[in-house]
Amino acid sequence: MTPSTTTTSFSVRSQQWREFWFYFSVNKTAVAGLVFLIGVVLMAILADVISPHSPTEQYREFAEIPPAWMEGGQMRFFLGTDYAGRDMLSRIIHGARLSLIAGCIVVLMSASIGVLLGLVAGFRGGWVETIIMRIMDTIMAVPGLLMALVLVAVLGPGLLNAMVAIAITYTPSFVRLTRASTMTELNKDYVTASKVAGAGPMRLMFISILPNCMAPLIVQGTLSFSTAILDTAALGFLGMGAQAPLPEWGTLIAENRDLMLSAPWTVTFPGIAILLAVLAINLMGDGLRDALDPKLKRS
Amino acid sequence: MTQQALIQARDLHKYYSVKTGLFQANQSLQALSGASFDLYAGQTLAVVGESGCGKSTLARLLTLIEQPTAGQLSLDGIDLANANKKEVAKQLRQTVQMVFQDPFGSLNPRQKVGDILQEPLIINTDLNADQRREQVLAMMQRVGLRDEHIHRYPHMFSGGQRQRIAIARALILKPKIVVLDEPVSALDVSIQAQVLNLLIELQQELGLAYVFISHDLSVVRHIADQVLVMYLGKPVEQGASEAVFNSPQHPYTQALLSATPQANTDRKRKRIKLTGELPSPLNPPSGCSFHPRCQNAVAQCKTTAPVMQQHGDVSVACLLVV
Amino acid sequence: MALLEITNLTVEFATAHGSLKAVDQVSLSLDAGDIVAIVGESGSGKSVAMLALMGLLPWTATITAAQMSFDGKDLLTMNAKQRRAIIGKDISMIFQEPMTSLNPCFSVEYQISEVLAQHFGGSRGSHKNKVIELLEKVGIPAPETRLKAYPHQLSGGMSQRVMIAMMIACEPKLLIADEPTTALDVTIQAQILELLVELQQANGMALVLITHDMAVVAETADRVVVQYAGQQVEQRPVTELFNNPRHPYTQALLSALPEYAKGKTLNAIPGVVPGQLDRPVGCLFSPRCEHAKDLCHSQPAPRSEGVLCHYPLPINTTAVIQTEAVS
Repeated sequence: MTPSTTTTSFSVRSQQWREFWFYFSVNKTAVAGLVFLIGVVLMAILADVISPHSPTEQYREFAEIPPAWMEGGQMRFFLGTDYAGRDMLSRIIHGARLSLIAGCIVVLMSASIGVLLGLVAGFRGGWVETIIMRIMDTIMAVPGLLMALVLVAVLGPGLLNAMVAIAITYTPSFVRLTRASTMTELNKDYVTASKVAGAGPMRLMFISILPNCMAPLIVQGTLSFSTAILDTAALGFLGMGAQAPLPEWGTLIAENRDLMLSAPWTVTFPGIAILLAVLAINLMGDGLRDALDPKLKRS
Repeated sequence: MTQQALIQARDLHKYYSVKTGLFQANQSLQALSGASFDLYAGQTLAVVGESGCGKSTLARLLTLIEQPTAGQLSLDGIDLANANKKEVAKQLRQTVQMVFQDPFGSLNPRQKVGDILQEPLIINTDLNADQRREQVLAMMQRVGLRDEHIHRYPHMFSGGQRQRIAIARALILKPKIVVLDEPVSALDVSIQAQVLNLLIELQQELGLAYVFISHDLSVVRHIADQVLVMYLGKPVEQGASEAVFNSPQHPYTQALLSATPQANTDRKRKRIKLTGELPSPLNPPSGCSFHPRCQNAVAQCKTTAPVMQQHGDVSVACLLVV
Repeated sequence: MALLEITNLTVEFATAHGSLKAVDQVSLSLDAGDIVAIVGESGSGKSVAMLALMGLLPWTATITAAQMSFDGKDLLTMNAKQRRAIIGKDISMIFQEPMTSLNPCFSVEYQISEVLAQHFGGSRGSHKNKVIELLEKVGIPAPETRLKAYPHQLSGGMSQRVMIAMMIACEPKLLIADEPTTALDVTIQAQILELLVELQQANGMALVLITHDMAVVAETADRVVVQYAGQQVEQRPVTELFNNPRHPYTQALLSALPEYAKGKTLNAIPGVVPGQLDRPVGCLFSPRCEHAKDLCHSQPAPRSEGVLCHYPLPINTTAVIQTEAVS
């Protein structure tokens, strides 16, 4: 219990943030992941400012130049150039934007639909629940990437369609999580108390139950973010996602596929970018789960 | 009393249909079989018993969370069976409210206290934000909390304070009847005393009728006017608190009182030892439900179920007390 | 030589708000056959002290003590392996929630025989007869039929009996019972308490009963330790404590019971137990004590005449009125 002469809404909130940060910062790798992620976000926001060249400008006479520290490289093109003479570093920096946006949109779409369906399924039960869960089971039975491919084949290739397809494959996990949490919370006294006060289903679902399901959902959202980046890259690599000349990281690897042996830097650096971004988000997600999990409260 | 009883319950029953297996017929779980009582304003009825005795089921019936399978129930003059449910639901909500056992679980951990207390007002009244806030602050003061506490979350309070918040929430709609399901069982003794004093004060000030469910007989003895002792869904003894505690008639009541420890180091008192466990409510014993554990049981107890009959100052359901 | 000797045990937890002193200079000395009750409300540190003894606290806890020895062995300098040889065998502990302290995935026989196999060797199957004997000892009817039962198939009272069977399997010298009956119905509570006392007398075991229920203490214990906010405020034989409490907190605790109420008002203790962040300067109970004087508010209480108080209540005070026993 905190002693205070006056408590305001603001001071309560800031105290909660401080407590959260205390538990989060115990995990050093999580903090490192967070810092790296912030760096990537800044990089994406400031892409126009910090990238040395335009991502689409082709320097035909400088095609396939190795990175600056290798023989034949130049400081002007720090990570080398691709088959069309475009600067790799600039393309990777701009690609961060696409990957992050793709991750965000996928998570937002799948989480909002998934949470809504999960709440309804858990709350109503009966045949509504059965129908929703069986549909979700069907979606989960098909391998994620294959389903995304099928959907993209139907909808047509492109980054937006790839995002929609991936979002659909992520929805079942959100539905399951939310339904499980809803069923647990539904039996708790505070929900009964709201019912006794006369709360209707909408208020019960969104105001009473949903805020209490947030912790596992936040963690799932974070991890889905990283998987979304991977899947977007995979679809891009297969030519079904972002189309050239968009500098999406997977597409970068795809269009330079033939140069894998002769100019390996063109595929290695986008690959490393994907690796580091996904790793950072996963580490941060781990730390987030530890900080949000009430059972791990330590005293 | 010339005034009408706030609660009139006659022979309330509640059965649940329970699946016992894939290919087996549903069994009937008799959670409550035949509770009857009258409760007037300003009085406290204590419902006493152990797990499976039906006291929580009774609480759910009285707060309209569930409907009785049989029997009559009227609250503040409105008979639930006859009235149109939707119309009276709102009115009845403002008549009956509940305080729960677990101070940790009965408040939404993600809502600030101010919002928790405002919720019943938002749902049931047309007050604007300022008026609601005024009522919330008044109620907070009444239960002994400070104004600034409305910005805090439940986990920032101790158990006793949370229970005060729960009481404030129950009273904010100005009900006439409050059902209290073990409201102090989870609290420390010193805090228990504070909360009980608050409840008694509020009852005297507002003329509330309490249905006080508890297994703690020393608390019950202190606060109750009437006592209803239940075993496995059936009432076994009922009457004025003094009468039941001073001369309990039913063997189960006697055993309960005997088993309750007292803060007295004189250990020579005679204990009635109850053997065995509580039988499963799915498969209650034949005849009198208590006979397998009763020291006085005779052959007839196995075949004939006793009914509640007046015996002096109390009603008892026992074949041997006649 | 005492069986258990704890001197000045202090346990501190590292939390988001700084260091929390859950147990503050607690001392306890036990001989074989003693029944000691540790009484206190939430925040008194009663469970934490015993968990520290058992080595069951999380990594955020720092345990310091002048002495903590069991049966001549020093518990402070022991390594994990040596400790495991004692815990469960010579010192056992039963917990409050019988429903959650048994592993739901394994049968009754498995869990009890696991304890025996761990400490006495042999396979789990070889201990079957001993398991049946133990279940009989704790009063479970027809124990052979219960061997294959899973915890969810047992009632609260049965689960607690199984728990007790598990914990006395190796005939411990010390049994710690942490609120063993709080979650149980009153008639079952009476049975379990009686069982514990019977077992204690039969085996010459020392029993530490942690509880918040003064009535249980009155009827079961020989000696009582009263704890408040992590400190040990009073330690006396039970009859003396109830007839003549010397610490104001003990007196207030007893008079707050419904049995001692005057009319409709209970003698509540105003205020709340100090938390981590509002620990008073001076005596920890002083903000709530009706006898508190200036010295109490400024100086921490010393231990005088066995009581942690500046002004212990005089002997033979008639402050607590005895109640008439109920039927």
